Amino acid sequence: MKRVQFEHSAIPYMFIAPQIIIIAVFFLWPAAQAVYQSFLLEDAFGLSSQFVWFKNYFDTIGSTSWLQAAGFTIVFSTLVTILSLAIALLLAVKANEVIRGARTYKTLLMWAYAIAPPVAGLMGNLMFHPLIGDLYKFMNTIGFDFDHKLDPYDAGFVVVLISVWKQVSVNFIFFLSGLQGIPKSVNEAALMDEKSSFRRFWTITFPLLAPTTFFLMVINITYAFFETFGIIDTTTRGAPGGATTTLVFKVFQDGFRGADIGGSSAQSVVLMLMVLGLTVIQFRFIERKVHY
Amino acid sequence: MARVDLKDVRKTYPNGAEAIRGVDMSIEDGEMIVFVGPSGCGKSTLLRMVAGLESVTGGDVEIDGRRINDVSPSERDVAMVFQNYALYPHMTVRGNMSYGLKNKGLPKSQIEAKVVEAAKMLRIDDYLDRQPQQLSGGQRQRVAMGRAIVREPKVFLFDEPLSNLDAKLRVQMRIEIKRLQRRMNVTSIYVTHDQTEAMTLADRLAVINEGRVEQMGAPMELYSNPATLFVASFIGAPAINLIPARFDGALQAGSMSLQGFSDLPTGVDLMLGIRPDVLTIREDGQFKMNVDLVEQHGGENLIYGSLDGVVDHEICLKSGQSVLPAIDDELTLGFDPATSFVFRTDTGERLK
Repeated sequence: MKRVQFEHSAIPYMFIAPQIIIIAVFFLWPAAQAVYQSFLLEDAFGLSSQFVWFKNYFDTIGSTSWLQAAGFTIVFSTLVTILSLAIALLLAVKANEVIRGARTYKTLLMWAYAIAPPVAGLMGNLMFHPLIGDLYKFMNTIGFDFDHKLDPYDAGFVVVLISVWKQVSVNFIFFLSGLQGIPKSVNEAALMDEKSSFRRFWTITFPLLAPTTFFLMVINITYAFFETFGIIDTTTRGAPGGATTTLVFKVFQDGFRGADIGGSSAQSVVLMLMVLGLTVIQFRFIERKVHY
Repeated sequence: MARVDLKDVRKTYPNGAEAIRGVDMSIEDGEMIVFVGPSGCGKSTLLRMVAGLESVTGGDVEIDGRRINDVSPSERDVAMVFQNYALYPHMTVRGNMSYGLKNKGLPKSQIEAKVVEAAKMLRIDDYLDRQPQQLSGGQRQRVAMGRAIVREPKVFLFDEPLSNLDAKLRVQMRIEIKRLQRRMNVTSIYVTHDQTEAMTLADRLAVINEGRVEQMGAPMELYSNPATLFVASFIGAPAINLIPARFDGALQAGSMSLQGFSDLPTGVDLMLGIRPDVLTIREDGQFKMNVDLVEQHGGENLIYGSLDGVVDHEICLKSGQSVLPAIDDELTLGFDPATSFVFRTDTGERLK
């Protein structure tokens, strides 16, 4: 059998080179560094290091502070994802029905999208400031003994609230465009087939939004895992007593504040594997139920 | 099995635009009514008002004597077939057809039986477990009809259901819809802008123009006895020949003087209407035409040309396949004044 061999040209490789270089420099190389560092134990001054195999992994993952952070991350991510999706969906469905002043209304709802997470955190700080914060006062006047500096649940409430608020606008935009992508006549056909708007929503609208919802779920989990770092860093900084420390924040704390490069690298490798596993689960089990 | 009554039905939008300006109509049990008119005339709006997808801002819509203005679409006992099928993309054909019945709370076995029966009737029973996107346009259209049929509604509403199909399929589906409607004997309202569809499907035709019914009647009645200039020009393909004229004892059209007309007002602009199929080529004809195009349709030829003496006025003549004049030939045409119509140009009113 004769093989047809085309002459290889360097041009296609040059075309994809910029993307490959970016991935290599900003993802592959740091990831490799993290894996390498996670096997090293460095002395306090960073002058020498020794190869310790999996010691860093056992030390960090076994520690109570890591387990606490992992527990909080799971609860926090679940809450942020579900709440920001649900609220955004509700707002999008309602905004989609608005006819008069629809544009203004939609623009106002999208506004928070332009705010960076640390800024959102700073705004939250102001609103929950024990001396001048309106929300702090409000929570206390309606009967809660609210103090997020001391109470772990109150602190959790604050970071979840700010994270959800920040993310709702992004989800809102996607849900709204998803809703507008449903043909008008399909909605009308449903109107003739089913009287209850509640049942119409769950049997027609929601299944047709499934691709959007799935996409947003992946985005939101990533957001809750990683991007909320900025919010936590500017509000609670993991306090009180590590109650609002997420895994990413702990990587930062241990590595940059605690100068434990090895331990922090081990944590980030574990985090990377967790997110990898989560993504695989999402695509294998949930995407199957999505009709595009 | 129902009659539909529209009593001075009106639709005015909040911005003051009047879409429907008072429509009175009685549709008898089992009748197939076609709303026909140019785009933007309000025919679809009127249909959607019967469906409940547009609010009624004046007058009453009644089904079997029950006023349904404020009844929700799902409780009006009507079913609609949409132009772009409007199938639920995430459901199978079976799911699409049974959705409405499920919501009504029918037992499963009964739903299944109805779906299978309707699917057999429409010859889509092999596709019941497929998704709509796996079907061709014609099959989707059948599913959309199946979805309407299984509900056994009092009234079928069709909103230009064939306009997304190719020409051949359109003719085939048109015949099928007619057959189905005859067989099921369900009162139907069908909206189209295609006058061939309108003529062939309708028991009675309602020609709608600017939110009003210009004329309603059997297709042939509208063809041979149009009430207005608009109806005459809208019904019939090829379109009626309209020649501007004035009356002073004889009908003056350009440099021609046509005899055989009487009792017409003088001093107003008139329009003489002659159907292409009543024009004949004969030696002693009333006017001359210069041929500039011949379309051969197989069984018949359509001869187009300019009318001698009337500047820039095109005229069309339908003739047998053997009549095949050359381009630039001059033909002498004649017609019997009794088969022609005369309208007032300004009001569109028919005078003769």
